Amino acid sequence: MDFLVGAFKPPCNVSISFADARTRKQVPLKKDNGQTIMVPLFQSQENIIGEVLIEPTQGKKFEHNGVKIELLGQIELYFDRGNFYDFTSLVRELDVPGELYERKTYQFEFSTVEMPHESYNGINVRLRYILKVTIGRNYISNIVECQDFVVRNYTPPPSINNSIKMEVGIEDCLHIEFEYGKSKYHLKDVIIGKIYFLLVRIKIKNMELEIRRRESTGLGPNTYVETETLAKFELMDGAPVRGESIPVRLFLSPYELTPTYRNINNKFSVKYYLNLVFVDEEDRRQHTMASSSGILVWFFSGVGGFIFMSYSCDLQF
Amino acid sequence: MISDGVEDEEKWLTAGIAGLQQNAFYMHRALDSNNLRDALKYSAQMLSELRTSRLSPHKYYELYMRSFDELRKLEMFFKEEARRGCSIIDLYELVQHAGNILPRLYLLCTVGSVYIKSKEAPAKDVLKDLVEMCRGIQHPVRGLFLRSYLSQVSRDKLPDIGSEYEGDADTVTDAVEFVLQNFTEMNKLWVRMQHQGPAREKEKREKERSELRDLVGKNLHVLSQIEGVDLDMYKDTVLPRVLEQVVNCKDELAQHYLMDCIIQVFPDEYHLQTLDVLLSACPQLQPSVDIKTVLSQLMERLSNYAASSAEVLPEFLQVEAFSKLSNAIGKVIEAHVDMPTIGVVTLYSSLLTFTLHVHPDRLDYADQVLGACVKKLSGKGKIEDSKATKQIVALLSAPLEKYNDIVTALKLSNYPRVMEYLDTETNKVMATVIIQSIMKNKTCIETEDKVEALFELVKGLIKDLEGNLQDEVICNSFLIDEDDFKEEQNSFARLIQMLYNEDPEEMFKIICTVRKHILTGGPKRLPFTIPSLIFSCLKLVRQLQGQDENPFGDETSTTPKKIFQLLNQTIEALSSVPAPELSLRLYLQCAEAANDCDLEPVAYEFFTQAYILYEEEISDSKAQVTAIHLIIGTLQRMHVFGVENRDTLTHKATGYSAKLLKKSDQCRAVYACSNLFWVDDQENMKDGERVLLCLKRALRIANAAQQMANAARGNTGSVTLFVEILNKYLYFFEKGNPQITVSTIQGLIELITTEMHSDTTTPDPAADAFFASTLRYIQFQKQKGGAVGEKYEPIKV
Repeated sequence: MDFLVGAFKPPCNVSISFADARTRKQVPLKKDNGQTIMVPLFQSQENIIGEVLIEPTQGKKFEHNGVKIELLGQIELYFDRGNFYDFTSLVRELDVPGELYERKTYQFEFSTVEMPHESYNGINVRLRYILKVTIGRNYISNIVECQDFVVRNYTPPPSINNSIKMEVGIEDCLHIEFEYGKSKYHLKDVIIGKIYFLLVRIKIKNMELEIRRRESTGLGPNTYVETETLAKFELMDGAPVRGESIPVRLFLSPYELTPTYRNINNKFSVKYYLNLVFVDEEDRRQHTMASSSGILVWFFSGVGGFIFMSYSCDLQF
Repeated sequence: MISDGVEDEEKWLTAGIAGLQQNAFYMHRALDSNNLRDALKYSAQMLSELRTSRLSPHKYYELYMRSFDELRKLEMFFKEEARRGCSIIDLYELVQHAGNILPRLYLLCTVGSVYIKSKEAPAKDVLKDLVEMCRGIQHPVRGLFLRSYLSQVSRDKLPDIGSEYEGDADTVTDAVEFVLQNFTEMNKLWVRMQHQGPAREKEKREKERSELRDLVGKNLHVLSQIEGVDLDMYKDTVLPRVLEQVVNCKDELAQHYLMDCIIQVFPDEYHLQTLDVLLSACPQLQPSVDIKTVLSQLMERLSNYAASSAEVLPEFLQVEAFSKLSNAIGKVIEAHVDMPTIGVVTLYSSLLTFTLHVHPDRLDYADQVLGACVKKLSGKGKIEDSKATKQIVALLSAPLEKYNDIVTALKLSNYPRVMEYLDTETNKVMATVIIQSIMKNKTCIETEDKVEALFELVKGLIKDLEGNLQDEVICNSFLIDEDDFKEEQNSFARLIQMLYNEDPEEMFKIICTVRKHILTGGPKRLPFTIPSLIFSCLKLVRQLQGQDENPFGDETSTTPKKIFQLLNQTIEALSSVPAPELSLRLYLQCAEAANDCDLEPVAYEFFTQAYILYEEEISDSKAQVTAIHLIIGTLQRMHVFGVENRDTLTHKATGYSAKLLKKSDQCRAVYACSNLFWVDDQENMKDGERVLLCLKRALRIANAAQQMANAARGNTGSVTLFVEILNKYLYFFEKGNPQITVSTIQGLIELITTEMHSDTTTPDPAADAFFASTLRYIQFQKQKGGAVGEKYEPIKV
């Protein structure tokens, strides 16, 4: 039995560590098995430096066909399970074929790595970055060890950031005009706006603002679209009369948002919409837009901290 | 159905309170362990109970108050957090993450309050943010309570002048803007409430609305408390903005309540200085608004203000308060064509009160008001609405109360014209009020014209008003009305006594006027009014009596003779009522007056009239007894008569006495007659013999009375009469009548003693006591000694 156990046990332990692990920011990441682990956060053009430690078990020696470490950026489509599309792949050979007798550490370094896309964990798609150590072996499967890390890219605020202003309605039922101060928001931003009621003929019970995420994957006829409501925020309680204007102030920080992704590697897109929902007294929900997705807004990972915004949306209609 | 609804509501309230308490419990735990995240979570859940739509405002209030208490604890916690270094700005953001708007805004207001206190941001910015964000609640009841909460937590944090939150130069404007905005929004919600829900429950909803009105009104109170709101600020910003809201909301309930609020909460001097603005809003209100109450209250306040200090009166003149109010009332009445009479009268009544307080010297203003009132009332005929009538009485009473002097009121030419609109009964009431005012203030009416004017006012009492004869007939059938009638006539009779002038000429004129009026009063009134007039005349006679008769030989001047002629005619009118007993008394009274004036023929004439009445009209035996005693009494005091006249009169009187029906009455009248022959201070009128004759006759009658009694009933009855006669004997004995001797007295005493011990006499303790005390008197006189004692000495008892 001992022999058998020994035969199926990996002959060595492999661990990957980062050189600046202590100082680097850690963020949570959900794994396949549902557990959340803390992983380091990088951004594009950073140097990824660290070391790999290989420790043979029970002091036995073993043979290998060489040790390498790869930095991979992968897009994984769930309906196409098992297929990864690597959009970034960097390799460093750590050791030539030979034998390992005792624990051994290998330094590695990837300098100014281009990581154009951000990590993303969606419904049908996942974009992730890993460091993968492979110890090649003859006749038996390779020993593989992976280390996830997350990439976020901070973008400067867009130079053009128009307000969104639109008059919409359901004929002879409800006419409103809404205005949001901006069309592009950073992730800790606050949405400020105003809803102006031009015509109210239905008995409104309340009004909510929803943030919806629309994730589309695949191409052409194989496109899959998933819509998810990430935020439901009550803006108004009760029925307004004509001429009433209701303020909007929604802080984005409590919600798990990502920046807007457009056509990442021709594989997927993530867009965000603001949607106004009216609930009437019979609890019927009325969406103001013809399409149920709402008004498209652009999210980006901004730089710098959040600034308190006092009420400043003083719109005159 | 309804009771089910109430029960359900109770259930919902109970459930709501339970939910609230449970979350409050977790919140407290979180607070105790300084767990901010949980504290926010549970407080938001707790406040979610306030999202209910099922409770009536009354019940909702209960829930609100409980939440309010819990929020105070949370506020304390936020303060602590801020002190511990937690950024209040972060806190302000954090509470806005709550998904439901109502809990979010309650929390925001709570943190906002701490935020202002921390002074990390100017109070005005935070307040502006809060009041804007609260727009998110459009549900009337929930919105009203939320904003009420905002108002509650912010009222001590307004950036008012002198407050620790004072900001830059416009700080007061900021404070005022905030309150005004909150007020405007609350009023909108409150007005909108009536349109929520089915039409059939409108009445119930209006009741509920009315319960909530103080929430809205409180804002005005807050405004009035802001130090920095001075007159200019009030005039330029506060009042126009509030009125704009009031007028534009076009809601009856709100308009009435808010106008009332404005009038009550702001200082009087502000009202005075902004009268134009305030009044110009009135005609713009909904026609159904009870504008009269509003205006009345305004005028009442201003009246009180004017009354409070004389120093403020120039202000009233300066702003021409009267003409402004007067115009406004005119406009309001014009605008509300179908305003009921009561409204019109109430308005004028208030205006009159105002005028009287503010311009007591401007009688023309008061008259103007009455005139305007008459104009509005004209064409409406008598007022039948009892409330309106009451108001008119109030309107008319106001000048009386103010001036305490009917003479002033008499100058108001429109006064009687207003009275014409009263129905007969109220007219009388009003007349009584006028008379009472005169009585109370002891006002003297001194000239003939004033008397004429006054009688015009109280004519309802003097005579039957036209067209009311039928009423009178009906009245007669009710005893209670009879009492009222007596009451009012008595008061009128008292009034006659208040008409007085020292100058006899003028007084005589007054008397003639009064007489002219009261003679129209009809038989029912004369018995009340004429005696009063007679005595008024007699007063004048007494006044003239001292003077030489006709000092200037002037034909037209007033002489007692003329007055007596008048008296004679007047009493004659009374005797035709007929009221013989009263007339008789008055004749005797006059006779006495004539006696004092040494007018023998006049006195004789009066006596003749009295005798004629006695003979022809007075047939009731009791009345006869009274009358004969009156005649005897008066006659005894007459000294003006010559022997012949006197003889005639005394002879007649004695004759009447002897012809009375009952023997006892005869006896008493006869011994009373004895006095006619013995007048103490006049030597020529002491006729002892005839005195004795009278007394003897009295004795005879007494005897006869006893025998009659014996014959009829078998006993002789009492000896009272004898004892009375004995007393009469003693009286004359003492006065020195030579005809009354010791032996006659002695004889009488013995007679009485025998009678008392006879078997046929009925024992009468009262008579026994009377006799015993008479005897004691004799004993007493004996013991006195001196002349009197000597005189009595021979009498043995």
